[in-house]
Amino acid sequence: MSVKIFVPCDAAAISVGADVVAHAIQEQITARRLDLKVVRNGSRGMFWLEPLVEVETLRGRVAYGPVSVDAVAGLFDAGFSDGKDHPLRLGLTEEIPYLKNQERLTFARCGIIDPLSLADYVSHGGYKGLERALGMAPEAIVEEVTQSGLRGRGGAGFPTGIKWRTVLNTPGDQKYVVCNADEGDSGTYADRMIMEGDPFVLIEGMTIAAFAVGATGGYIYIRSEYPHAFRTMKRAIALAYENGYLGANVAGSGKRFDLDVRLGAGAYICGEETSMLESLEGKRGQIRPKPPLPAIEGLFAKPTAINNVISLATVPIIMEKGGAFYRDFGMGRSRGTLTIQLAGNIKHGGLVEKAFGLTLRQAIYDFGGGTFTGRPLRAVQVGGPLGAYFPESLLDTPLDYEALAAQKGLLGHGGIVVFDDTVDMAKQARFAMEFCALESCGKCTPCRIGSTRGVEVIDKIIAHQNRPANLQLLDELCELMVDGSLCALGGLTPFPVLSAVRHFPEDFDKPAPVLPAHVGERAQETQQWR
Amino acid sequence: MNQTSTWDAERALSRIRELAHLPGPLLPILHALHEEFGYIHQEAVPLLADELNISKAEVHGVISFYHDFRNAPAGRHVLRICRAEACQSMGCEALVSHVENHLGVKMGETTADRSFTLESVYCLGLCALSPSAMLDGKPYGRVSHQVADFLIDSARRHS
Repeated sequence: MSVKIFVPCDAAAISVGADVVAHAIQEQITARRLDLKVVRNGSRGMFWLEPLVEVETLRGRVAYGPVSVDAVAGLFDAGFSDGKDHPLRLGLTEEIPYLKNQERLTFARCGIIDPLSLADYVSHGGYKGLERALGMAPEAIVEEVTQSGLRGRGGAGFPTGIKWRTVLNTPGDQKYVVCNADEGDSGTYADRMIMEGDPFVLIEGMTIAAFAVGATGGYIYIRSEYPHAFRTMKRAIALAYENGYLGANVAGSGKRFDLDVRLGAGAYICGEETSMLESLEGKRGQIRPKPPLPAIEGLFAKPTAINNVISLATVPIIMEKGGAFYRDFGMGRSRGTLTIQLAGNIKHGGLVEKAFGLTLRQAIYDFGGGTFTGRPLRAVQVGGPLGAYFPESLLDTPLDYEALAAQKGLLGHGGIVVFDDTVDMAKQARFAMEFCALESCGKCTPCRIGSTRGVEVIDKIIAHQNRPANLQLLDELCELMVDGSLCALGGLTPFPVLSAVRHFPEDFDKPAPVLPAHVGERAQETQQWR
Repeated sequence: MNQTSTWDAERALSRIRELAHLPGPLLPILHALHEEFGYIHQEAVPLLADELNISKAEVHGVISFYHDFRNAPAGRHVLRICRAEACQSMGCEALVSHVENHLGVKMGETTADRSFTLESVYCLGLCALSPSAMLDGKPYGRVSHQVADFLIDSARRHS
């Protein structure tokens, strides 16, 4: 059997040249008549090392990276296909500290297998969770997931088992499982990585969810900014059908589960679950007031279990190893592992799956290696565009749902965006409002109008117009948005805004910059409104 | 380069009918039309309303709600630059200004020779390799000003 050389097909790896590197390696193999096979795997999530090429050896997989096209011929000359030395050699992949110090449960296979090989998936423990679930009553599956302590990884942190129980207990001729893969938060990419690197784990998780709640239909709603993930999921679903893992008789159980992928269309709000349901039904992605909960009246008015990609992709290992195994990781009420995504101005950006409880500082420095630019860190945004900005002094906060909430922040989907000391926090606060105005669905006034007024008020603060009064006005506006908005977009946009004001007041107290004419005019107009 | 055909109502109708059986078919159909023609032609609105038995207002409401759907053809190449927080932390706004100067158009506009359309995008999920961009559906990370110039110039040479 020929030796395997792994070159990731993950979109981030491709973004720094993995496709051309794979091509160059194939050319060398042909020219040198070597008995080697190029396998396109997912990413290990160490993006500063991408394209990370791995070679299978008797001692394990040896990593080389970051590999450029120019380096390929030299790698072959040095004998890298036998794992031999080269300046780019990183040693055994599993021994790289960044990876070795993680606890990879959900991402156990990501970067290791060929994402579209069902044989690889099964030989690496795939479908063991489903196998066990098929021998259990729906109530028992729900109980196992409840016992695991798994909470929604999309951001809300609602216990997955309790959500499933509601769907299970709601009678319905048709029920659905919907996977929210509208990963719109900046600084997050865990959903994309798992869909591109281990798509069958999501299919398996959704199948288990369907059997637990009594659903026969499912959809994965993927954002259009993720064309690679969309294509991989589509192919994986087709393969699962061909091999009897989806359809009328899942794995010979006599049970039906049909699954399809749908593409979003560039609306951030569609990551909100009710807006996503509207979008799936072919409507404007405007949010629905709750109640009714989607668990009772969801897609096409049927009981629907909606879960994030990572929540669902974690279900197979919980079912395989038991709820207690998973619950043993973590701290307090945050059980299991968190998939931390290090992003922005960071030296070693990537995916860190670790039991809950790591502090921000450990994540950013021990794993991330500090800022990319080498300048001092000034601010960190945790949890996407609706997450709070933290100063250096709060970096000892643990990454845990409750600990972050206590600091008036949120964990969200686990994304951490690092900024160095060149950041202007007044600008970041303005952007938060601007983004909300751009992406508001328009259903409720606090979000639709409040965000636009918010941009204007911050412009006035920046322009040094009546600062104390406008800062107070901003505070009141934020309070109104938090209390009065129908969903998290309007309700959480004040988090980054107020945290910027609270932790970085000096940025709201600078001399007025020379503004472009139109900004000044708009500030003038809104003066009357005040 | 974007491979799209000119508007053809017959062709549009057949694409609509291929997908009309799906539950909640409107978004998949709009994506299919967008892929085929590069934008949603005004004439598609009454066609969709008729075929799906919904009002023209509903169709228009959906098309205008989503950022993805254009109402006019784009340039031969579409360059989308991420402007979300992770890319902001790595200087995407300077990159945007640089590219705008290079092409002589603003974000959201198409060059006079119709070679390039510039679009803002809010997160491509390449946040550990910021600033990032997508050119004709292909992702690019660590996009320096030089890389952007190279991408634009080589795309232009090939079309």
